[in-house]
Amino acid sequence: MVQKMVLPMKNLLLLPAVLFLALLTAGAAVAQSPTPAAITDDQVNAVARELFCPECENIPLDVCPSTACADMRAEIRQKLEQGWTKAQIKQYYVERYGDRVLGAPPARGWNWLMYVIPPAAILAVAWVFYNAFRAWKRPTPQTVAQPSETQSPPAVADDYVARLEAELKKAKK
Amino acid sequence: MLTNLGLGALFLTFIISFYGIGAAIYGAKTKSPVWVASARNAMLLTFPLLTLSALSLIYLLVTGHYEVEYVARVTSGSMPVYLKITSLWGGQAGSLLFWSWLMSAFASAVMLRKWDRDKEFLPWVIVVTLVTLAFFLLLALFVENPFRRVWMTPDGLKIALFQPAGAFLARAVPQGLNPLLRHYGMVIHPPMLYLGFVSFVIPYAFAIAALVTGRNNDRWIRVTRRWTLAAWLFLSAGLILGARWAYDVLGWGGYWGWDPVEVAALMPWLTGTAFLHSVVIQEKRDMLKRWNMALIILTYALVIFGTFLTRSGVLSSVHAFAESAIGPLFFGFIGITFITSLGLVLWRWNSLKTEVRMTSLFSREAMFLVNNLLLVAIFIVCFWGVVFPLLTEATGFIGARIPSLANVFTGQKITVGPPYYERAAGPLFAALLFLMGICPLAAWGHSTVQTLGRAIWKPLAASLVILVLAFVAGARHPGALLAFWLLGYAGAVIVYEFGRAVLARHSQTGENLLAALNRLVGKNRRRYGGALIHLSIVLMALGIIGIEMFQTQTQGSIPQGKTLKLGNYEILYADLKPVTSSTNEKTTATINVFKNGRPAGTLHPSRAIYFDSGQTVTTPGLRSTLEDDLYVVLVDWETISAEGATFKVYRNPLVNWLWLGAILLIFGTFVAGWPERERRT
Repeated sequence: MVQKMVLPMKNLLLLPAVLFLALLTAGAAVAQSPTPAAITDDQVNAVARELFCPECENIPLDVCPSTACADMRAEIRQKLEQGWTKAQIKQYYVERYGDRVLGAPPARGWNWLMYVIPPAAILAVAWVFYNAFRAWKRPTPQTVAQPSETQSPPAVADDYVARLEAELKKAKK
Repeated sequence: MLTNLGLGALFLTFIISFYGIGAAIYGAKTKSPVWVASARNAMLLTFPLLTLSALSLIYLLVTGHYEVEYVARVTSGSMPVYLKITSLWGGQAGSLLFWSWLMSAFASAVMLRKWDRDKEFLPWVIVVTLVTLAFFLLLALFVENPFRRVWMTPDGLKIALFQPAGAFLARAVPQGLNPLLRHYGMVIHPPMLYLGFVSFVIPYAFAIAALVTGRNNDRWIRVTRRWTLAAWLFLSAGLILGARWAYDVLGWGGYWGWDPVEVAALMPWLTGTAFLHSVVIQEKRDMLKRWNMALIILTYALVIFGTFLTRSGVLSSVHAFAESAIGPLFFGFIGITFITSLGLVLWRWNSLKTEVRMTSLFSREAMFLVNNLLLVAIFIVCFWGVVFPLLTEATGFIGARIPSLANVFTGQKITVGPPYYERAAGPLFAALLFLMGICPLAAWGHSTVQTLGRAIWKPLAASLVILVLAFVAGARHPGALLAFWLLGYAGAVIVYEFGRAVLARHSQTGENLLAALNRLVGKNRRRYGGALIHLSIVLMALGIIGIEMFQTQTQGSIPQGKTLKLGNYEILYADLKPVTSSTNEKTTATINVFKNGRPAGTLHPSRAIYFDSGQTVTTPGLRSTLEDDLYVVLVDWETISAEGATFKVYRNPLVNWLWLGAILLIFGTFVAGWPERERRT
């Protein structure tokens, strides 16, 4: 009798726990695969914008009208639904199509040259300019002290500016 | 008949160019004015002949002579006449003829100027322009001839200039111009760009003439100042019109995508702009002679390189470059002219020495040097951005030949797009803006921190007010605040420069302020024209910062009668109307716009599918104000019906200032280039 009572009691006690567990797993299931409507076009485009069409030249994926790109966007939507991050999706396409799907090549291998050459070239030009400037400046060290004795023109060599300054002075008076 | 006439005229021009080159060199060497005059006549003759050739092709295009392969490739019966005419530059072969024709027009115009003071330049200017012309004629005749016809031979269809044995003329199936090019922008954008390209040949020709004759003082610069300004104006207008075209036609909500084709046209603009600035130093201070030579030589090389990039197919694939003869020919021509020009500079190296001294890091000439450094730095960024992907792809040839290196030289294609350019060139452009705010305040010769400080503090204070205003208006991003401050500062300097000069004149002469402004600008067009151009750059930068930093967008599918929201805008999908024409099927949507809940107009974005090519062209609906643009596109890969259509909506703040600035830029260039009456001799 007692035993008989205990069993249903046990079952009753278990019920909320079972329900809770069921809800929990259901909730987890919902969280893992939300309905397609949960991913908006904007979320897809936010990823697509940082990728480039692998077929055509220099067209970002979010605006490319080709069918291949439409399929890629559908795939991005799926992956976002499955909980992939932007970085994971980008990596997936790099592995599939190569670096050309990225807007700028990643700095590895030969691609280092992409990022090293321009600053080096600019510094080289700057160095040439700097040297030219020093060469121009060298022979007249006394200019700062005695500007009137040097051959270089006075501070306002531009006679137009001189006239303007003169007019300004007059105007102030 | 007209095919033969056009072809004959083209061929005759080619022969005459060679005669002109020979006669000019002989005339210069023997100091014989008769030979030089003959060379000049040869130069002048190229223009009517090429006009005849171009008009023949236009006639063939307009009348639909589809036995001419080029005509069939770029036109079709359903195209309106104005587009058939513009098809002259719608394809490779035609644009080479068009390029030559413009080149000859400019060179002929130069021939008509007064040469009294510059007789020794004349033969060499003829040589340089004719060599350039002959190169393009060579391509138009022997590589990409627009007059090639389609022949039916016993072995099938053949494309050839002249009738093969036993063949008769056939008609090719007309394909029609790429639908994206069927736009009024096609009428004006490519000619402007080409005009910019060919007119930079003129200052280059004078530079070479100065080097050859040894008369390398600043005379060549003074003679070509207006030519350079015109070239710069055409190139600027070409770039801006291209940007506007992209904005109106391509339907991605932007105006500039750092596409290699765009960058190819930007590069000569960058070096040309540097040249426009640095020649001022040579005129005022007799400095930078070697540098100016280097800059104009580089600009010329980039003009040819830009044509090469857009015309050889090398951008779509390095393999296309290797297959066609046009690529290697361009490469050879650029190499030969560049090395020869640099050789001439080295030959005259010592006579191009600077005598005058630079005295202060804060002088205006020093600032011009920094300006040049920045422009060249942006050019380097652009050049490498275009060339590096070509190089990596080309290394694939090594990998393919030597299997052991296949893993090293993969020839993998890479994309160099906006992320690279924006990060690399963005700060350089910002630095240029800042410099634009300092340079006009620095004096020639001596200038110290103190003198500069005295001039700077007022505009600086004004710019801080603008910074505070931007903050109050809601700008919080540090980059945006910095950008707004820079714009405010550079703008304030220009207004200050105008303001104090006008006030001085006003109080001295008693003229009213407007008359004072008019007289002031009239008396020194070059200075104030330049200031107006700087102001236009500030306005354009405002538009660029607006769209680059504050653009917002959304995309969504909505059924008829429902709305889509973006910020304080809401669009309602009201109606849809398909119309079928002879060329395409066009679907136009009616969109009601609401701003802050109130009606704000109706837009009509559309999407057309062209029958002959199957290509889709989307035209955005645009609501334009000084505050922002609302840009609505019917997304072209989704189905459209009353049940639902997918719209992409962009809000582009301040972008109209870009176009307004462009108009001011054109006006400012006219002010700067207009002849000054009182100084004319």
